[in-house]
Amino acid sequence: MSAGAPSIDRQAGPGRPSLHGKSSRGSMLADRVATAVLWGTGAFVLLLLGAIIVHFAMAAWGVVSPSFVLSDPSDSDLGGIFPLLWNSIYMLALTLMVSVPVGILGGIYMSEYAGDNAVTSAIRFAEEAISSVPSIVVGMFGLILFVDELHMGFTALGGALALTMFNLPLMTRLAEQALRAVPQDERSASLALGATKWQTIRHVVLPLAIPGLVTGVILTAGRVFGEAAVLLFTAGIGTPTHLNFGNLDITNPASPWSPFRPATTLSVYIYKLQSEGLGAYRNQIVDGSAALLIALVLIFNLGARFLGRVLTRRLTAA
Amino acid sequence: MLATAPHPVPSVRAIDVTAPVVRDEASAATISIKIATEHVSIMYGEKVAVRDVSLQVQARSILALIGPSGSGKSTFLRCFNRMNDLIPGASVQGAVCLEGENVMDPEVSVVELRRRVGMVFQRPNPFPMSIFENVAYGPRRRGMNDRRKLEELVETSLKRAALWDEVKDDLRRKSGLALSGGQQQRLCIARVLATDPEVILMDEPASALDPVSTLRIEELMRELRQAYTIVIVTHNMQQAARVSDVTAFFTMAEDRAGYLVEVGPTGRIFTRPTERLTEDYISGRFG
Repeated sequence: MSAGAPSIDRQAGPGRPSLHGKSSRGSMLADRVATAVLWGTGAFVLLLLGAIIVHFAMAAWGVVSPSFVLSDPSDSDLGGIFPLLWNSIYMLALTLMVSVPVGILGGIYMSEYAGDNAVTSAIRFAEEAISSVPSIVVGMFGLILFVDELHMGFTALGGALALTMFNLPLMTRLAEQALRAVPQDERSASLALGATKWQTIRHVVLPLAIPGLVTGVILTAGRVFGEAAVLLFTAGIGTPTHLNFGNLDITNPASPWSPFRPATTLSVYIYKLQSEGLGAYRNQIVDGSAALLIALVLIFNLGARFLGRVLTRRLTAA
Repeated sequence: MLATAPHPVPSVRAIDVTAPVVRDEASAATISIKIATEHVSIMYGEKVAVRDVSLQVQARSILALIGPSGSGKSTFLRCFNRMNDLIPGASVQGAVCLEGENVMDPEVSVVELRRRVGMVFQRPNPFPMSIFENVAYGPRRRGMNDRRKLEELVETSLKRAALWDEVKDDLRRKSGLALSGGQQQRLCIARVLATDPEVILMDEPASALDPVSTLRIEELMRELRQAYTIVIVTHNMQQAARVSDVTAFFTMAEDRAGYLVEVGPTGRIFTRPTERLTEDYISGRFG
């Protein structure tokens, strides 16, 4: 450095804080408090999840067995919950079959095609409004529309459609967000290579959005597993009889494959037992069913994420 | 060949006669204008981003667009392949002719246009797919599915982009994103070459790269120039001086609209610019 140039050496001196000085204590304390609070919140959420799982795992200990999972309910002994478990899975499949494709198409429209205008803001408003309508109200609407007006009676189909009404706005919104989160750069790169808009969506945007779409499917599915209020009035509440899987006639209400039959799900069954059940094994059955539901949700989440990864790989490898 | 409207920028005309672009006798016979813009103005809503630019790009030459930030170089570049269509509220006036055909014509297929006029972006943006699939992306979208043909095309494209030797062993295993920045940008160039374009637009292709990678890209551009027409936007004046045949200098008017000050053979622009503004910019007094 030439002699006349201003020195940029920052000499430690009376005016400069020492590295062990007190001046930074305040901000260091704030930093520690923030870290502790955030860490604590995270730990609390994990603890809550852990507590629920541990509680029901312990409560269900000795209840859940292969025979509990695979046999029919019984009046005289513990019996099983197989038809209800089947109905839960069946309702899930039926609901997802409608709400996932429609939700993704709606999300594609909202994210890639619709501009920001009065129509789209009306759609977004409706999405939020329907999502926050109490589910019992959606159930009442399903009762009036499907069960009464359309004379369907209590059916799995009516339940699935009511659930779809409840879920579709959420699925659409989550799909839209997942698609919007794909960087604009990726779209530009594809379009600049002479790909059409649909090719760009199909080969670049959708594959990159899959993790977000999977989250949407999981949240939607969680509501199907857990929802009781919507289904009480639409899919029916009762104690199902033995399921004859040999009956493949889907128009026959006696067939477990038919959407035109009442279908009490596990959640609805828990509600029923807890509120009016009188059997000697009531508490065990409720605990066992709850544990199974939790296991079902966890298995579904892990399965969906795994499937999402496989799908991403398949789609991006053309 | 072109509708010749009276040009407001006199220096534009000068290219045709004075540009020492043609270096050998063989190509002198086939000298042709690849792209010509006529009175191109680009607006974002009410705001004029680029005003009244007319210039011509000769086939198999490199045109560099230089100028300060906000002078509309990139915006102007993006009207060559109509990427401005993607920006809501953007509109273009005037004509951009690719071999005499106005690409602004609403009847023109942008998909076909973008296959003929490829683009390399400022930030390397390979798809999160294997190297092979990155290069095969354009051809596949055009319906090429023959495995052997694709393999051949991927290989020649990567060779032309001077990337083949570095990636040939894990074409399918390695993601395009796993490459270094400079390699990623060459992958993006290979991806464009695979669509067999005539023109390649490069929007500051080396601004995110280290000096060594930058030089490799510049070398590559000089090689590609033998077969392609290249238009490059750059902030780096040495780069413009090193690689381009013709340089166009843009700046901002009082109302912040970008406009073309001067265009001419790179050697002349950097040694004897006719406009004061150009001289100030080049000598670092401004911008």
